[in-house]
Amino acid sequence: MEYGFTTAAYVVAAILFILSLGGLSGQESAKRAIWYGIVGMGLAVLATLFGPGAGNWLLSVIMIAIGGGVGWVVAKRVQMTEMPQLVAAMHSLVGLAAVFVGFNAQIELARVLRLKAENAAHEFQGFAAVLAHKTPAEIGMLKIEVFLGIFIGAVTFTGSVVAFGKLAGKVDGKPKKLPGGHMLNAGAVGLSLLLGILYCTGVGPGVFWLMLIALLAFFVGYHLIMGIGGADMPVVVSMLNSYSGWAAAAIGFTLGNDLLIVTGALVGSSGAILSYIMCKAMNRHFVSVILGGFGGDTGPAAEIEGEQIAIDADGVASALNDADSVVIVPGYGMAVAQAQSAVSELTRKLRAAGKEVRFAIHPVAGRLPGHMNVLLAEAKVPYDIVLEMDEINDDFPNTDVVIIIGSNDIVNPAAQDDPNSPIAGMPVLEVWKAKQVFVSKRGQGTGYSGIENPLFFKENTRMFYGDAKDSVNKLLPLLD
Amino acid sequence: MKIGALKESFEGEARVAITPASTAHLQKLGHEVFVESGAGEAAGFSDEDYRKAGATVAETAGALIEAVDVVAKVRQPSESEIGQMREGQTLISFFYPAQNAELLEKAKQQGITAIAMDMVPRISRAQKMDALSSMANIAGYRSVIEAANNFGRFFTGQVTAAGKVPPAKILVVGAGVAGLAAIGTATSLGAQVYAFDVRPEVAEQIESMGAEFVYLDFEEQTKDGAETGGYAAPSSPEFREAQLKKFRELAPDMDVVITTALIPGRDAPVLWTKDMVEAMKKGSVIVDLAAEKGGNCELTVADKRIVTDNGVVVIGYTDFASRMGAQSSELYGNNVRHFMADLTPKKDGVIDHNMDDDVIRGATVAHDHDITYPPPKPKVAAIAAQKPKEKKKELTPEERRAQEIAAFKAETKSQVTLLAAGAIVVLLVGLVAPASFMSHFIVFVLACFVGFRVIWNVAHSLHTPLMAITNAISSIIILGALMQIGSGSAWVLILAALAVLMAGVNIFGGFLVTRRMLAMFQKS
Repeated sequence: MEYGFTTAAYVVAAILFILSLGGLSGQESAKRAIWYGIVGMGLAVLATLFGPGAGNWLLSVIMIAIGGGVGWVVAKRVQMTEMPQLVAAMHSLVGLAAVFVGFNAQIELARVLRLKAENAAHEFQGFAAVLAHKTPAEIGMLKIEVFLGIFIGAVTFTGSVVAFGKLAGKVDGKPKKLPGGHMLNAGAVGLSLLLGILYCTGVGPGVFWLMLIALLAFFVGYHLIMGIGGADMPVVVSMLNSYSGWAAAAIGFTLGNDLLIVTGALVGSSGAILSYIMCKAMNRHFVSVILGGFGGDTGPAAEIEGEQIAIDADGVASALNDADSVVIVPGYGMAVAQAQSAVSELTRKLRAAGKEVRFAIHPVAGRLPGHMNVLLAEAKVPYDIVLEMDEINDDFPNTDVVIIIGSNDIVNPAAQDDPNSPIAGMPVLEVWKAKQVFVSKRGQGTGYSGIENPLFFKENTRMFYGDAKDSVNKLLPLLD
Repeated sequence: MKIGALKESFEGEARVAITPASTAHLQKLGHEVFVESGAGEAAGFSDEDYRKAGATVAETAGALIEAVDVVAKVRQPSESEIGQMREGQTLISFFYPAQNAELLEKAKQQGITAIAMDMVPRISRAQKMDALSSMANIAGYRSVIEAANNFGRFFTGQVTAAGKVPPAKILVVGAGVAGLAAIGTATSLGAQVYAFDVRPEVAEQIESMGAEFVYLDFEEQTKDGAETGGYAAPSSPEFREAQLKKFRELAPDMDVVITTALIPGRDAPVLWTKDMVEAMKKGSVIVDLAAEKGGNCELTVADKRIVTDNGVVVIGYTDFASRMGAQSSELYGNNVRHFMADLTPKKDGVIDHNMDDDVIRGATVAHDHDITYPPPKPKVAAIAAQKPKEKKKELTPEERRAQEIAAFKAETKSQVTLLAAGAIVVLLVGLVAPASFMSHFIVFVLACFVGFRVIWNVAHSLHTPLMAITNAISSIIILGALMQIGSGSAWVLILAALAVLMAGVNIFGGFLVTRRMLAMFQKS
């Protein structure tokens, strides 16, 4: 009876999770979607606490309360611009939890088998009871699942920690590899496979093998993500998201819990698709992103002629006062400078003056998918003037002024003109077709990706040097 | 150095090469500025204005030439003006060396350095001294004003209580600087503007100014404008015929025609023939900006406004820029002072005539008893060569149908292959795996499938909330920990408790952050 109730609750929770993800197809329905997710999660936790096999619920509740409190405080305090780091950090928690649960499964399995071997008519409780009923073939399968769960979980853990470090600027964003590069990764994966086989066939001490596997996987996660450049972090974050899902699914198999399997698979496939969409937006192959850095040398990039011409706030303001249509292209620089509310104010003023103001968002602007939309939404920029690349790219020739705030590669004409450019073929915002382009940038450097941008040398481009927030704030009083 | 502006000797010329404003800039370069008395009168600058700006006013042209090292002018110099100059002096003015070989010879004999403002190469760095463009801009603007002045109707369309007024239809032929300026002015007056140019690549610029590009259905590899330094090149007779045919079609509808077609170093091509003028309505206006070079319109008389028998006004003025003396002096004065800035790189008032500099070399037509025209090709190409645009092939309905069928077949094939491969994998797994595993496995596969389907529909702008929410949901791992927490040894208890703790952080943090994000999306 009780068991049936738990399963029913799981079915409802699974449906709620699916609705929750599906609800994100629109801005309005998304607000409902979040509640589906919350209710689903609450239902799942409650059903498990009161369902069969659960014990020690007092400790559980205490732990949830502590964890929840920490999570609540962190989520309340975090700045919107720090969102990428936060998401990466949280992935690492899921990864580590998966590793712990995997170890527990092995420890329990060993205990149950030992007691069974002693042939004692032992009364098993909770999880152990599930294990006790397993046939030898099922136990073999279970070991494979434990192995997968721990391996994926461990990769997710260190990978997310490194991604967090890179996004938070605590670790250097440049791709770094130990000598040996991918051979080292391949070796570590091979070795852990070997250990996995040893573990599954039951040779030697199981927990010891698993520990070694976890250590190797920790290394793989660390090394893999260290080798990926900062510019590719959006893909990495969604990839790790996917991994954490697969780890949960693997653990679900181990525990024979369908809700874990369903949810893990949902998260895993959604992360995988998101990574795929992002790779496509950057015209990169998924494999080459995972293998790190930009592709090999393809020949010298075309030389750029001309000079970067600077302009001051007065010049930009007078051009804005004369313009009828303005497009703003935000990038990571806007997030770094926390300039979104200044930009929003600028937008409000320009719109009040009867000008058409729109935002052009490149799919990979920022450090994770949809980053810019979130920041602009935070600053209360109405989302119906925030457009995607495909929606706005044809409008640039009819645009008077384009303001680029802290973005670089996504407006680089070399992607179209220079077949030797490292980003050749990547779809970009064709801002140079507008009558005038202002680039708000901190200095003359090449920025995150290290690729020279011919846009800055174009005749209709003027460089508006300085911190994005200060620059935009300087503009505000100069507008009519 | 001392630099001085002569009063223009050409009849009716209202421009002046140095304005009180540019005087200040020249002084900053370390130069001393002179003007001939009355030089700025026609442009609205009195001698007093110049004195206030710090310039010295010389009574006569002779005295001025005597006093200065650099003579600045607008129009090309007359024989006598050149005659009065001495060896080593520099002259800055329009010069048209191709048409004025004798004048050039004279400059060489005199040993003066002649800088032709019309020869400034068209590269980005030199744009600030490109006097041809700045004058063409004014001429384009003025041509529309002249047309409006001679056109007895509104340019803009209106619906009034007294009746409906249709907008004037204006055709601009030749979309160079003047043409584009004319388009801009005419559209801002409310007219409906059409524009034509032999260079198809300017269609974009025309449309950007708010005019409609008149497309010519003609198959020809037209020369890229980049090859000729951004100017138009002569076209083939067949092309010309097609072009005239199009104009004949348009003529009866047009209220105003502004022609600006010029090819460097040649007479203006005749594009608006007599029969076209005859086909136009009474009261229509033609403004011919090419009148000085013979005119684009067959009936143009240089410097005259004529009315044809059918009542069409043909304006052939050659002094559009001069008609806006104050404005054009302002811009020309700036062009000159920018050139002087390039000539005095150290800003110390010492002229360094660097013949290795592309811009200075290009504009210098006579130097040190030598004719330096024509200049060698500049090192920097004026405009990057355009890639030939790939034309999209128009597909016939059959071809399109065939393509669709092929695409459908390919899709079916790939789907069937994927399904078959998937089925085989599942079957293989089923062969070895125990039954209890398979029941979970089916759930897993279905969930993956649902996940794929659902995520494709997520709006791009919501990818970050999606990531946050999937992150929150992935803390479902807590179930595993909850199931284990009650069973077994102390180790299990500790690990499970830690796992519950971490998942708890994630549940609350993840959902809260997602909620914060979503709450911010709002419609205006």
